[in-house]
Amino acid sequence: MNKIKLIISREYLTRVKKKSFLVMTILGPILFAAMMIVPAWLASREDTEVRHIAVVDSSGIFIDRIEDTDYIKFEYLNDKSIHEVKKDFSESKYYAVLQILPSITYEPTAVHLFSNTQPSFSIKSHIANSMEKELKYRKLKSHGIDENILKSIKSEVSIRTIQWTEDGEEKESSTEVAMAVGYASGFLIYFFIFLFGAQVMRGVIEEKTNRIVEIIISSARPFQLMMGKIVGIALVGLTQFLLWIILTLMIITGVKTVFFPELGTQNAQEIVVQDLFEQEGVQQIEELQPQNLDKISSILNAAKSIDYGVLFGSFIFFFLGGYLLYGSLFAAIGAAVDNETDTQQFMLPITIPLIISIVVMMNVVQNPESPIAFWFSMIPLTSPIIMMVRIPFGVPYWELALSMGLLVLTFIGSVWLAGKIYRTGILMYGKKTSYKELWKWLRYKS
Amino acid sequence: MDILKTHNIEKKFANHVALDNVSISIPENSIYGLLGPNGAGKTTLIRIINRITAPDKGEVLLNGRPLQPEDVNRIGYLPEERGLYKKMKVGEQALYLAQLKGLSKKESLKRLKMWFEKFEIQAWWDKKVEELSKGMAQKIQFVTTILHEPQLLIFDEPFSGFDPINANMLKQEILDLKKKGSTIIFSTHNMGSVEELCDHITLINNSKNILEGQIDDIRKTYKSNVYEIAFNGETNKLASSLNPNYEIVEKTKANGYNAVKVKLHKQTNENELLSLIIPSVEVISFKEIIPSMNDIFINVVNENKI
Repeated sequence: MNKIKLIISREYLTRVKKKSFLVMTILGPILFAAMMIVPAWLASREDTEVRHIAVVDSSGIFIDRIEDTDYIKFEYLNDKSIHEVKKDFSESKYYAVLQILPSITYEPTAVHLFSNTQPSFSIKSHIANSMEKELKYRKLKSHGIDENILKSIKSEVSIRTIQWTEDGEEKESSTEVAMAVGYASGFLIYFFIFLFGAQVMRGVIEEKTNRIVEIIISSARPFQLMMGKIVGIALVGLTQFLLWIILTLMIITGVKTVFFPELGTQNAQEIVVQDLFEQEGVQQIEELQPQNLDKISSILNAAKSIDYGVLFGSFIFFFLGGYLLYGSLFAAIGAAVDNETDTQQFMLPITIPLIISIVVMMNVVQNPESPIAFWFSMIPLTSPIIMMVRIPFGVPYWELALSMGLLVLTFIGSVWLAGKIYRTGILMYGKKTSYKELWKWLRYKS
Repeated sequence: MDILKTHNIEKKFANHVALDNVSISIPENSIYGLLGPNGAGKTTLIRIINRITAPDKGEVLLNGRPLQPEDVNRIGYLPEERGLYKKMKVGEQALYLAQLKGLSKKESLKRLKMWFEKFEIQAWWDKKVEELSKGMAQKIQFVTTILHEPQLLIFDEPFSGFDPINANMLKQEILDLKKKGSTIIFSTHNMGSVEELCDHITLINNSKNILEGQIDDIRKTYKSNVYEIAFNGETNKLASSLNPNYEIVEKTKANGYNAVKVKLHKQTNENELLSLIIPSVEVISFKEIIPSMNDIFINVVNENKI
């Protein structure tokens, strides 16, 4: 027992002390944080330049009817012809010129946007939307429908999902949030299994090619060496994972307080807005702004509704279970070959279930209750990834327990099998190993 | 008293028999040569003694008791295929290997310091193994093999990779270890070092133990009654003075004199031979040819092939 502890601590310390570990530990959260912050930053920087667009409306319908936004301002030049505007265009302040022909009422293509650059999609769609709305109004009005009625029929539906938990509580949930968390955890498990599983394999190959393995196993049993390596690297993985979480949280909070101090206060506003809507019930919603805020607050609520204890606990469990299962197989491969280039033929059968998991994952996030989702979250080779995708949607406890139980049984089995291959393989040099050979190794007496 | 005995060890691999009914007895405080051509089964036997692999049949007795898992701490093993973790520092690595053999950290440090001083390699402590030459790494391996002062030491081809100076130093250390009471199993192809160091040998060929015993006895058994005579005079004159009971097997030169190797057949002796040749030539030297271990090795292995 003392020997396995020694082996674990060597495997752990040599890896943690490596420069690459430090680099990964620092780079990882920066990348994660960047993944979350950069889109937010980009969104906040969205085109703050104010653009003026000249409107030459020969139909006369749209004068002062196209909505200005914060960044797009429309100016109506009705006294000028399009040729005049074109002549002065390069000296003018206009970003683009919108020409509307009188035939617009029956011909959709009777609108032109002139510019010396390619106008952005958002400008184009804003103009089209405003004009469509205006035309619709006009047509309905021409059928004698009152403007007030027109305003009142404009409706919005925003579904908020609420889960009834077993003890009768109501919990606000969000499919989008569950999907995002599911994806993230599934990918993270996949990534960890590959990253650290491959480290086990490389470690075994290193010992074999360095020829130190025979010295070690004259002191400790091969199984101790294999398990010591697997456990040591698992601890490296957990350390890295925890450091990443801590550092990511630190970076995100740091960046938030420095660059987006308004985010904190905005939260409070949202809650007020949300309460307001709750009192009034589902009503006509005119403005875009409060609706967006409502969505954000409901996402925040839903994000709060995920049981992070279960999520975190399951993540650690499925990471360790999946890692032990795959890590032991990786160790067996490492023992069976002489160098990394020979690993290909054995890697394939191990990689396939992992890749299948990722493919199935795309389906499972859409449909976490389907039979596919159920079975793939039970099969131990795919369950670590698929079950993690399902957990944010809520999984019955018996399914979780069954999946965990199966995983435990399988990794015990795979560690046992791998131990047998490992024991024989690490002492075989210079021979190319086939599957037939592996089968023979499995049947050798210890 | 025999420190280690193997009884009828048998080990089969998928396609061949590695060891077939091998029994050896290693006397305490001896240097025991384990000889044999490549692929004979030496390494498998060593691995069985080290509990790296288990025999299919037979047993290994250490100090008269069946070998136990804890016994690996009393054995020091320097394998033929040996290496160290390249990226690890020399000191850390030596400490790790010593602790794996059951020494406490404190004790390991103390002994390592002593040996590093003795070999004058203290400066290597914080170097990575990949910065060392092969010979330097071998020294570290040697130190880690003997550090826990095992009762039984097993060296598999210990001299490969050492330059003559370091090889000589290693030889001295091995003899020293014997003086201090260790028993040493020594597997090699280098017959010169066998003659120099070993007391006992066993020769394994084709998974069988075909020759075992004290090295002096074996050499006596295999001597073929051949004498070398160096003389002043003509070879023909000497030849004509011999009767058919004596056969000249080789005509050579020795130290600038003519020489012949004569094989003595039955019912003759050295004195009679001398009395026959003394009248014809002036004898400079006369000695019995005792076969070298190299010759015995080649003879026995070849005989066994037939």
